[in-house]
Amino acid sequence: MSKLYTFLKYFFIVFWAVFVVAPFLWALTTSFKDFQSVNGGVTYIPWVDFEPNLEGWKVLIKSPAKGGVDIIEPYFNSLFVTCTASLISIILGTLSAYALSRYTFKAGFVKNNDITFFFISQRIMPPIVLSIPFFLFLSSINLLDSLLGLIVVYIVLLMPIAVWIMVDFFNKVPREIDETALIDGCNPYQAFLKVVLPNSIPGLIVAGMFCIIFGWIDFFFAFILTFTEVQLLPVKIVALNSSVTPWWSLSASALVSVAPLIIVAFIVERYLSKGNLSGAIK
Amino acid sequence: MNLIAKNLTYKPSEQYHLNEVSFNFKEGNLYTILGRTLSGKTTLLKTIAGLLTPDSGEIDFDGKNFLKVPVWERNVAMVYQQFINYPHLNVFENIAFPLKQRKIDPDIINEKVMNSLKSVGLVGYEKRKIQELSGGQQQRVSLARSLVKNAKILLLDEPLVNLDYKLREQLREEFKNLFSKGLADQTILIYSTTDPRETMELNGEVIVLDEGKVLQVGPAKEIFENPNSLKVAEISNDPPMNIIAVEIFENSIQFEGIKLKAPEHFSGLSQEGIKIGLRSSDIELSENGHEFEVELAEISGSETLLHLSRGSAKIIVSIEEVLNFKIHDKVKINFKIEKAYAFNSNGKLASSPFGGLNGQN
Repeated sequence: MSKLYTFLKYFFIVFWAVFVVAPFLWALTTSFKDFQSVNGGVTYIPWVDFEPNLEGWKVLIKSPAKGGVDIIEPYFNSLFVTCTASLISIILGTLSAYALSRYTFKAGFVKNNDITFFFISQRIMPPIVLSIPFFLFLSSINLLDSLLGLIVVYIVLLMPIAVWIMVDFFNKVPREIDETALIDGCNPYQAFLKVVLPNSIPGLIVAGMFCIIFGWIDFFFAFILTFTEVQLLPVKIVALNSSVTPWWSLSASALVSVAPLIIVAFIVERYLSKGNLSGAIK
Repeated sequence: MNLIAKNLTYKPSEQYHLNEVSFNFKEGNLYTILGRTLSGKTTLLKTIAGLLTPDSGEIDFDGKNFLKVPVWERNVAMVYQQFINYPHLNVFENIAFPLKQRKIDPDIINEKVMNSLKSVGLVGYEKRKIQELSGGQQQRVSLARSLVKNAKILLLDEPLVNLDYKLREQLREEFKNLFSKGLADQTILIYSTTDPRETMELNGEVIVLDEGKVLQVGPAKEIFENPNSLKVAEISNDPPMNIIAVEIFENSIQFEGIKLKAPEHFSGLSQEGIKIGLRSSDIELSENGHEFEVELAEISGSETLLHLSRGSAKIIVSIEEVLNFKIHDKVKINFKIEKAYAFNSNGKLASSPFGGLNGQN
């Protein structure tokens, strides 16, 4: 019985690992192929199955004048926009979430929960609904096709995530902890910074991770709100497509675009599994 | 330095949390707030701490309007019934937190924290994380954090209620020692509890609170001997005092076909609607007593609590040994009627065996 259990356990682990890793493996090998080896049947092992070359990768850093696509600038644009928007969203979102969790707001029939829902409702609408207002709004303040404009839009998109996660998190931090901090001589700001915030690091990490992921993978708004001046990575990658699909450079760009998320996931996983973050509050 | 409250009222919704509460607390004394759950004890403590603002009323401390002073400048300390500590700090840092907040010299902080650790018996634990401590130890840390500040007002909100029986006994003993060690000299100690036994053991000035209203104020002994109303009699006894509706005749008390000789201190009682109160420990099993039916028998520690009924009269008897009864068993009991209280129809104490109100109505 236990042998069967062990067998099944490992079977599913291996199955799942293959399921997850295979696409990456496919992308990795494909990125070293050229037109001939891509179309020459299913091959995986370099030097045996096919002759690897770096053409797919070189295209990504070559200037367009030399027939490349140069994703370096869009890459840093994407990093900059995602990180800035995520950071601002986390700061503003955490502050609003704390207020929503601890203080009672009332304007007519609108109460705390309604305000929280208002934030989330931004994410319920299909993005297409927001695209035209955003376009008109950005063009009226001259921020179309600019990094700042994108950051503004991404804050609108990411802050609800931060608010949503943090309200839930703060609701689980007992109020008595804030009260004890007040009694121990903290004013409300110190109570928040010295006591509540250090105990909310797991929540901040989760919220931050979601913001980074959603900001990084966005294609739609980056596509609609930029033209020539500023380009973000997802848009640039799609632009790689021409009459002949360049599988090799698509694969290479897919790998470099996933890389930051993998790094973030590794760091966060290490941090969370240290154990001092989870279960800090009974 | 006195803490004086006048007509504190707090009514956030339909029910009163505080209803015209007034008191005058003097430094160096222990005050026990006795009340059932939801009687307004925590509200009162939080109002004193400054975490809640009453709808109306005044609090005066040391001649100053206390309501104008924000929490963080009040110099109070509070221990909650949940074990509240800062989870991101270790034991030492937890206790040092209020001192660091005051920007005190690190050497002095060190010394004070070590002293306070000693007084709660947690020396050697200073590097531990809070989550690594047991409930009792966590509560000691929060007590140490309250003691280290030398606060003028120390609030303890049912500090023992979430601990298991043995720890509760032990910590209560330690509390008594701490309180008597001169700690209370310049401090106003306010201790809230639902447990009448705790109240009697702490032996301070008792404030009986119910539905936000102060029912009686007095030394523990006085509350025990002369509860001024039915409510107080119920709240200040565990199990609650047995209340039986009776008819009073010249020399006898009658109810449910039982005729008892009226005790001496009942003389002069003649009103309609008299109820007598008798503690569960003042009723005993007896061969030639009156027959009651067992409704429920619970064993608690070395005691047996018998819930008995006869007609509409329902009583609880506590017996100092472990006995087995079945439901619907018949038992015979005797009333120590000389220990009975009488309450008149509006629930006020009419007569007490300890002579509180003898002869008066």
